[in-house]
Amino acid sequence: MKFWRTPLDVDKLKIPRGELHIITERCKGCGFCVEYCPNGVLELAKDFNSKGYHPPVAVKPEKCVNCDLCEMLCPDFAIYCVRADEGEKEVLA
Amino acid sequence: MKADPKNVLTGSHYLDGNHACAEGAIAAGCKFFAGYPITPSTEIAERVSRRFPLLGGIFIQMEDELASMNAILGAAWGGKKSMTCTSGPGFSLMMENFGLGIMLETPCVLVNVQRGGPSTGLPTLPGQADMMQARWGSHGDYEVIALAPDSPQESFELAIHAFNLSEKYRMPVLIMTDECVGHMTEKVVIPPGEARPYDPVDNGGPPPMLPVGEGHRFHVTGLTHDERGYPVINAEAHEKNVRHLIDKIANNVDDIIWLEEKDVDGADVVVMAYGISSRVMQPAIAKARKEGIKVGQIKMVTVWPFPEKRVRELAAKVKALVMVEMNYGQVFLEMDRCAAGKCKTVLVGHAGGTVHKPEVIYKAIKESVK
Amino acid sequence: MSPIVKEPEKHVHPMEKLLRMDRIPHIWCPTCGLGTTITALAAAIEQLQLDLDDIAIVSGIGCTGRVAGYMKLDSFHTTHGRSIPFAVGLHIARPKTKVIVFSGDGDLISIGGNHFIHTARRNMDLTVICVNNFIYAMTGGQVAPTTPMTAKASTSPYGCCEHPFNLPLLAASSGAAYVARWTALHIRRLTTAIKEAITKRGFSFVEVIAPCSTLYARLNKLGTGLDLMKFYHDNSIIRHGADLKDVDIEYQSKIVVGKFVDIEKPTYLDCLNEGHKRVFGDKYKPYGGDDGDN
Repeated sequence: MKFWRTPLDVDKLKIPRGELHIITERCKGCGFCVEYCPNGVLELAKDFNSKGYHPPVAVKPEKCVNCDLCEMLCPDFAIYCVRADEGEKEVLA
Repeated sequence: MKADPKNVLTGSHYLDGNHACAEGAIAAGCKFFAGYPITPSTEIAERVSRRFPLLGGIFIQMEDELASMNAILGAAWGGKKSMTCTSGPGFSLMMENFGLGIMLETPCVLVNVQRGGPSTGLPTLPGQADMMQARWGSHGDYEVIALAPDSPQESFELAIHAFNLSEKYRMPVLIMTDECVGHMTEKVVIPPGEARPYDPVDNGGPPPMLPVGEGHRFHVTGLTHDERGYPVINAEAHEKNVRHLIDKIANNVDDIIWLEEKDVDGADVVVMAYGISSRVMQPAIAKARKEGIKVGQIKMVTVWPFPEKRVRELAAKVKALVMVEMNYGQVFLEMDRCAAGKCKTVLVGHAGGTVHKPEVIYKAIKESVK
Repeated sequence: MSPIVKEPEKHVHPMEKLLRMDRIPHIWCPTCGLGTTITALAAAIEQLQLDLDDIAIVSGIGCTGRVAGYMKLDSFHTTHGRSIPFAVGLHIARPKTKVIVFSGDGDLISIGGNHFIHTARRNMDLTVICVNNFIYAMTGGQVAPTTPMTAKASTSPYGCCEHPFNLPLLAASSGAAYVARWTALHIRRLTTAIKEAITKRGFSFVEVIAPCSTLYARLNKLGTGLDLMKFYHDNSIIRHGADLKDVDIEYQSKIVVGKFVDIEKPTYLDCLNEGHKRVFGDKYKPYGGDDGDN
């Protein structure tokens, strides 16, 4: 993880983990989620959905930190992220 | 949406038509008024702006007539009885959103105090030349209800009637007065608040409006829509939608149409008029009757929907039908169409600016039975 | 290539409770910024924990105008340019309902321009979210009053030759109490701005610069909506409280975003109540707050 400056409690930091849910049929292949995932978790799949779009697929799912940026940026409500570990999740945070 | 009896200015008053109309709206429980000043309707707005603050109503002078029409639709959806008033040029501006009111099925009242037209015309003189525009001013197929008072007293009563009709049939209702009635001062007797002679009867009609803020989370649109309110863009849905807007009125014409007939049975000629013209024709008819001509009269309190059935009936029985109006033949066209050549049809019309001279009407009556 | 065949068990996207799911998928193009913008609105409504039964959305005509049809709230799809006066009537009739006007730049500022400036002048307690894609998208890409000079549109095929509006300046000079501009990319800051706009007493205006791929981007050969988002990423400058004379948007140049105006100012109903109280004293019952006859 790259930091601008190293926090003093970096040893105690608990990085959250997220679990991605992709509603492939709703996706229109816009690529917002792929472009703006801070950890490069997603890529557009080689396969396509029934409308001919390439939905995203998680190529590095272990890197997802549940930041929800994909969920918020998606114009088609086709991807969302839930907290994978025991932490509290804010809805649409 | 209920009327509050304490709003009613019970008693005997000396009011002009516009003021009486405002009082009628207040008595009916109108609580929102959005308008734009235009002669000769401004007195309605002025009176409402004076009376509303202590009655819990809100008056807002909007930036133009388009905003006014939309604001009253929004207020109706917010649960308040609402109205606006205007004259010819403003009426033209309101047309698109009058259509929105029809499509959204929103109850509200629109008063057009007609003046000489077209365009800026005669701002301070009467006309009745917006009648066809009242019927067809907005685009698309639809039906309207238009009332025409002939006096300040009637301006008061028809304002209440208009609100009731608008809620029963869920649509904007028009009150087509004119500058003459609007600026004429006469005795107006306002009954006590409990007397509600125009209470709507609950007997069929469109489903009630859904109120905002009660969890219905509904959607309404000016696009062609289905019963859910969602837009459906195809010919079939459109047919259903438009048919509903038309049938709402067409199937209830017997309930809506209000004619005041006198001496029509056995008449040779029947004179039809609305608004101030229906008063102006009285001396002419009286004179003709004195000379032995069998003249009947029909005052149209509702001008739209037009009494097609009655006119078709009469045309088969009388020698002539005469229409008196302050325009060059607008409602006359309807009368002529329904007469279908079965009798003579005569128009007593002019461009507006003044009421008819009774002699002119009398002459026309005499000519018609020759 | 084989299509992905199997759909996993029923997904429930967190936003579904605010959407009319029977009308999803929506009609907006791939890479259109509107879906993103309504996510910001939904997030704002959720975070404010507003009573979902007492919010009304009013929109006009255009791509953005379709938002009313997709949000599961009391929603009104009115005529072109008239969403603001409709919202005025609705708000005055029912002051406790949160009325949000959500429409496009052509709808609100061109045909609706007069209503916009007057309602801002009155400081009517409304939230107006204007999605600015610099074009009339729904009807085929005509030039809009926000189209930057030299940009192409279907009715300015040789490039727009008019100065565009500076919307934050227009709103602020008309009297708005809250003015902010963000792009669809600044999704979290946009959500915060919408939250502030909704809670603000008075006329709150949020301009959202959103990508339009099928019309604006295509007619100007700017790529897709994703390319526009990348452009916003590289060219937007956050300057809260910037001098509004400097926030004009020129064609493919920097976009100044941020919160520009946030002032306390009595609303329309405040002024009305105050004025009438002055004249009538205790006889006057202040309007607004409770429902019913007053």
